[in-house]
Amino acid sequence: MGTIKDKVAIIGMGCSKFGERWDASPEDMIVEAVYEAYEDAGVKPDDIEAAWLGTLRSWESGSIVADALKLKNIPVTRVENWCASGHESLRNAAFGVASGMYDIVLAVGFEKLKDTGFGGLGVGRGTNPVLQARATAPTYFSFIANRYFAHYGIPEDEGKKLLAQIAVKNHYNGSMSPKAHFQKPITIEQVLKAPIIAWPLGLFDCCPTTDGAACAIICRADIARKFRQDPIYVKGIGLSMDSMLPMVRPGFDYLGFDANRMAARQAYEQVGISTPRKEIDLASVHDCFTITEMVIYEDFGFSKPGHAPDDIRAGTYTLEGELPVNTDGGLKAFGHPVGASGLRTTYEIYKQLQGKAGPRQVKNAELGLAHTLGGPPQVACVTILGNAAPTPTISSSVATTGKRQ
Amino acid sequence: MSGITAIGAYIPMYRLPRQAFAQAWGSGGGAGERAVGNHDEDTMTLAVNATVDLLNAHGREGIDAVYFASTTASYREKMSAALVAAAADFPATVRTMDFGNSVRSGTNALMAALDAVNAGSARNVLVVASDMRRGYPKSDQESTFGDAAAAVLVGNATPAVEVIDRVSLSNELADVWRRDSDQFVRTWEDRFVIQHGYEEWVKKATKALLDKTKVTPAQITKAVVYTPDARSHQGMVRTLGFDPAKQAQDPMIANVGNSGAAHALLMLVAALEEAKHGDKILFVSYGDGADAFLLQVNATPKKAKAVSGHLKSKRTLASYDKMLAFRGTLVTNPEAPLRVEPWAASTTSWRDQAETLRLHAGKCNQCGTTHHPIQRICYTCRSKDDFTEVRLYDKPGTMFSFTRDNLAGTLEPPVVNCIIESDEGKCRVFTTGTDMDAMLAKVGLRVEFTFRKMHEGAGFHNYYWKVRPIAG
Repeated sequence: MGTIKDKVAIIGMGCSKFGERWDASPEDMIVEAVYEAYEDAGVKPDDIEAAWLGTLRSWESGSIVADALKLKNIPVTRVENWCASGHESLRNAAFGVASGMYDIVLAVGFEKLKDTGFGGLGVGRGTNPVLQARATAPTYFSFIANRYFAHYGIPEDEGKKLLAQIAVKNHYNGSMSPKAHFQKPITIEQVLKAPIIAWPLGLFDCCPTTDGAACAIICRADIARKFRQDPIYVKGIGLSMDSMLPMVRPGFDYLGFDANRMAARQAYEQVGISTPRKEIDLASVHDCFTITEMVIYEDFGFSKPGHAPDDIRAGTYTLEGELPVNTDGGLKAFGHPVGASGLRTTYEIYKQLQGKAGPRQVKNAELGLAHTLGGPPQVACVTILGNAAPTPTISSSVATTGKRQ
Repeated sequence: MSGITAIGAYIPMYRLPRQAFAQAWGSGGGAGERAVGNHDEDTMTLAVNATVDLLNAHGREGIDAVYFASTTASYREKMSAALVAAAADFPATVRTMDFGNSVRSGTNALMAALDAVNAGSARNVLVVASDMRRGYPKSDQESTFGDAAAAVLVGNATPAVEVIDRVSLSNELADVWRRDSDQFVRTWEDRFVIQHGYEEWVKKATKALLDKTKVTPAQITKAVVYTPDARSHQGMVRTLGFDPAKQAQDPMIANVGNSGAAHALLMLVAALEEAKHGDKILFVSYGDGADAFLLQVNATPKKAKAVSGHLKSKRTLASYDKMLAFRGTLVTNPEAPLRVEPWAASTTSWRDQAETLRLHAGKCNQCGTTHHPIQRICYTCRSKDDFTEVRLYDKPGTMFSFTRDNLAGTLEPPVVNCIIESDEGKCRVFTTGTDMDAMLAKVGLRVEFTFRKMHEGAGFHNYYWKVRPIAG
């Protein structure tokens, strides 16, 4: 397998306000995010040579991007890969540029969940109409929690307190994110007293149902500095799909996901990371549920297997901790407009690496990880970004394959 | 001589104390409690579970027909016996037949089964009767009725219980009926109905049978006499010349309720559980006439849980309203908590039949990995199309992980969604717990499979196997 390292750069990003956007259409949110990115990158609509759209089920084809933005007769493609759909648009856009086919492209992701009429995610009923008739996203992820607790002998009340600390951390970080759906800090007591959605996951263990859009403008790494002095370089992208739904996978231990581990390994190898806990400065991960974030710590090699609880208690992943995770509040505070999430997690890393994260800025951040995990779950995408300019060797190799010298 | 070789039964876990009817309406109700099918049960699921109970005792060997009887089959058009035979995992060569429209249809099916075996056209015929009749809210029937199913296996290879002789009488009378447009059972004036319906014809059939066989009431060990209600039973048994205390089989109105087409067979199964060599049994059912049988007991038929096993495990239904909601009499908020329409397709249901109705898994012939749903390529060794189908519901399993989901959308939240590790090849099965206190769900809980209705996606009934804690 090859590497995407330093072949492409992000020169502009945009992110709509996330929330219950009753008065905003999908087109409104796409315009909101993309025009922020145009301004950020200093590009015009005609500079965009191709576009990708990630959405789970809010639209078919990429037509809404062409229609909303009046992009005329360029290639626009919809991609979908469960909750990794946003990252999938970024990934395909990056490969489009790295192939030498395009110089400047747009990756957009959005989801309009609040037009569906229910409070929950509403993606229940699984992949089989009868066998999984009562399956829901909270069910899928609570299986991890109850198995993790039983395997490691963690009493249920203690397990719930551990998860509550993740919720409290992320909502605190979200209180400093003006674009987040929820911007109020919460307490452990609030989390523990909240109604149960799917045991042991309570209301604050689950991300809200949210509308939102986010996007990135990507170009050849060697021309990035024509647009701005602080472009952010794609250092590695990994994507991994597990085989067989976890609920019915023979012998599966439910303590973590190979999709996470292998997506991270692919990305780490491209970047040359061997000690992720030390080398990565911050991570924006898929905390669709608090338990998801807990096992991600172990899957990514941040915590040793079985030791995520120790690191949670030690505050390792808080804003001031050794490795801040979900500095913007994550899905817990932003919600999870499915197709937008991969680009929103990337947006936070992008801003942090540019030193533009305001009160939640992580000091000296140079290398950040953005992640999404999709399905029940089954597919993971890990993107690693850095603010260090490419080494001349790699930069010239990109230049020779590029269309414009 | 043909007769009964094995027995089975199914009584839903939920019982509603009859005082609940009096509490709701200010009067009525009566004594005891009635069996109430859970929200995920219907006539078909009761029949399948009773059939599997019988098969757990006898196996499938040598059974070449499945006869089904009910007044409340889940389909007006589409054979119920075919569904029961599929879920009970019989091959296509099994002869299937439906009987219905009368509470006597259970013994009609038994008569036909005896005829088939006597004629030599079938070696063993499985007869299953199941009913979930609905009385009008505030009616006596509503509290007197109960939901249940019973199964008997008819064969002629030295049966445990021989059928010595039988009589069948037909009578046209609008005493108890339900038009094709009715949801609830209708009746005429009680005194007329009992006198000229039930009493007259049970007496006529019994007399005809005893005269024909030259047997006196005193020679009968047990009189298993169907009854529409508890009060009529006492008088009838006495009128027929039996000692109610010593000879009468408990009519099970007090603890189950009148289970319609299943009820006579349910009483018979209960009687045969305790029958001993040498016992003579009079068995009479009623409905648009009467059927009477004289049985000679050689041995107790093969049985698993049967009636006694099912009576032992029960849960009290919290309220009358829940019974109404379970049956759809009371329409509850369809939009809570999820506005997601159940979906299905006849094509997928047909293709997936082995893994949904029959609960088959695929066991890899190379490495033994067992998959549900069935996989063409083995997860472990990637062998292609090299597996043997194994039935999972014969063996219990262990809860590998679980949750109590409050938003999964049923009448009885929380839904215990769970992953089961089957004792059959450690096969993982994703399903739902039922008939249980959700708080009992935990990693390591031992469970058994039970056939249930999932929903009516695509306008037909969709069934699958759920799990419940192993009783005791």
